[in-house]
Amino acid sequence: MRLALERRAERSIAIALLSPVIAIALTLVTGAILFALLGKPPLEALRIYFFDPLTDPWALQEIAVKATPLVLIAIGLSMCYLANAWNIGAEGQFLIGAITGGWLAVVTHGTGAGYWVLPAMMLLGALGGALYALIPAFFKVRFGASEILSSLMLVYVAELLLDYLVRGPWRDPKGFNFPTTAEFDDVATMPVLIEGSRLHLGAIIALLVVAAAAIVLGRTLKGFEIRLVGAAPRAARFAGFDDKALTLFTFAVSGALAGLAGIIEVSATVHHLQPGISPGYGFTAIIVAFLGRLNPVGILIAAMFLALTFIGGESAQISLKVPLDLTKVFQGMLLFYVLACDTLILYRIRVMQTQKAVHGAR
Amino acid sequence: MELVEAILLTVITASTPLLLAASGELVVERAGVLNLGIEGMMIIGAACGFAAAFTTGSVFIGALCGIAAGAALAGVFAALTLGLAANQVASGLALTILGVGLSGLIGTSYIGQKIVGAAHLHIPYLSDLPFVGKMVFGQDAFVYVSVALIAAIWYFLYRTRPGLVLRSVGDNHASAHALGYPVLKIRTLAVLFGGACAGLGGAYLPLAYTPFWVSGMTAGRGWIALALVVFASWMPWRLLIGAYLFGGITILQLHAQATGLGIPSQLMSSLPYLATVIVLVVISWMRGKAGSPAPASLGLAFVPDR
Repeated sequence: MRLALERRAERSIAIALLSPVIAIALTLVTGAILFALLGKPPLEALRIYFFDPLTDPWALQEIAVKATPLVLIAIGLSMCYLANAWNIGAEGQFLIGAITGGWLAVVTHGTGAGYWVLPAMMLLGALGGALYALIPAFFKVRFGASEILSSLMLVYVAELLLDYLVRGPWRDPKGFNFPTTAEFDDVATMPVLIEGSRLHLGAIIALLVVAAAAIVLGRTLKGFEIRLVGAAPRAARFAGFDDKALTLFTFAVSGALAGLAGIIEVSATVHHLQPGISPGYGFTAIIVAFLGRLNPVGILIAAMFLALTFIGGESAQISLKVPLDLTKVFQGMLLFYVLACDTLILYRIRVMQTQKAVHGAR
Repeated sequence: MELVEAILLTVITASTPLLLAASGELVVERAGVLNLGIEGMMIIGAACGFAAAFTTGSVFIGALCGIAAGAALAGVFAALTLGLAANQVASGLALTILGVGLSGLIGTSYIGQKIVGAAHLHIPYLSDLPFVGKMVFGQDAFVYVSVALIAAIWYFLYRTRPGLVLRSVGDNHASAHALGYPVLKIRTLAVLFGGACAGLGGAYLPLAYTPFWVSGMTAGRGWIALALVVFASWMPWRLLIGAYLFGGITILQLHAQATGLGIPSQLMSSLPYLATVIVLVVISWMRGKAGSPAPASLGLAFVPDR
């Protein structure tokens, strides 16, 4: 007797909707076991991790702050993945966006430049991210080089470039030799929505991007092209769609959104450039994209859940004295369960009898 | 001369974890599976290896536990991508995230602890030879294992029948299946082997390189190992050369900083990644002309029909 996968005649819509819920439930169950192994009361620990932040206004704002870059990046990634273009380097595009946008803040620092600086930074950030994403896309369409590997490799090049800039040419001369640029001027800082809080205009931009993506994917020819090229590349070619141009397009869009997320994050929460401006947003956004079923609204919900794992991890570290690494364990587990549940949308698991006699007759 | 010898010795130790992890991934990718989780398997090997060596006082048991931990994590990846035909790219990234997190949980109680690192070989007279003595006859066991592993993998892939079958599974899983080869079983074994090698490569760090545990101590070596396999265009001997080249760059970068050559150390650090992208482009460009060395079914899921 063994287990085998059998393709379903049609995608199971019930499981498509249920799979993220099942995945989250399985993550919580495994999390409870993990807490018990760490010697913490499982239910109370889960409550502190996943529920208490939802009842605290400050924590809710922080969830929105953390979800903002995740939403922006994951929306772009979902377009790539729908079109079967595998951009894994969003973390690098995020950093390049922060660098190209942050450049303007660095050169205009102390010059008394006007309010055009922030919008220009946003544009430069998106442009930088898009251009950086076009490198692996170009290698893919021109030479057939795996975009998975090249986009991933470029993440580390971007990290090192940022490291070089803030330790070298862009270092704040008054910064006591710390690897950081000078604090951004007010005109280079993202305005907050509520006085005294960290909730900033970027959250509104993220919501607008979600709405725009929902319209593009659901209501336009471009959205149809993206989904068709991904689902049925041959049919798309017969329909006259250019899959190479689409690879360049989706990479450029996702790079631009990742770059925008980078410059928003820097101008809104960090206020200067330094190494480690991202706790792995570009990679976490991949989990968000999958958990959100590559759907704009799904991504919005998934991003808030992943943001909750960051915030919950921080409060669990303080009140339960568990290492911050627990956040990563939860995020990794969650992605595993999502991927496992996704299989059940296309396949059903069958128990099969081993056919020894047939093998013998061969 | 002595400085050159000292530098070459550090190059060998810096290259060994890369070589160990990358040789496992080479076999995995040759079987047609792309496991991006090397970093996760390495660091879990490092954490479990150190924990075991610290508890038992034996580097050998530590290495075995590192191997087992890497293979166990690879088993999760195999269940997901081979058993459930899940997306390999996303599963590999999940493996890295999970591995880094788990290693932190395991390692917290060992921060600041020290062990006696792996012993170095000493053969009277031979190890005392000038220049070559220490380099060839004075290494720790991991170094010899890593070189022997490459020879064994080359022999397996190119001189044995199971090796041929493994390569055929990686190049065309449908044909291999039609010929009656158990594609998923072969791939599962390859993935487990890859996890074991990555675990050993990770365990090398706290057991021989620096005999203590630091959170996140693999520091991106898993990604360099991944790059290395592409850089070597999936060839075992090129992997050996590539590993010493990449290891050499990391050491050179330290010395360049000290001597003030005027080359930013970050540029040196990014060379392995940049070189890998260039190699990837060149071998992809050659595909039409001389045939690509990349396994044709790399990264594609396979679900056998009945």
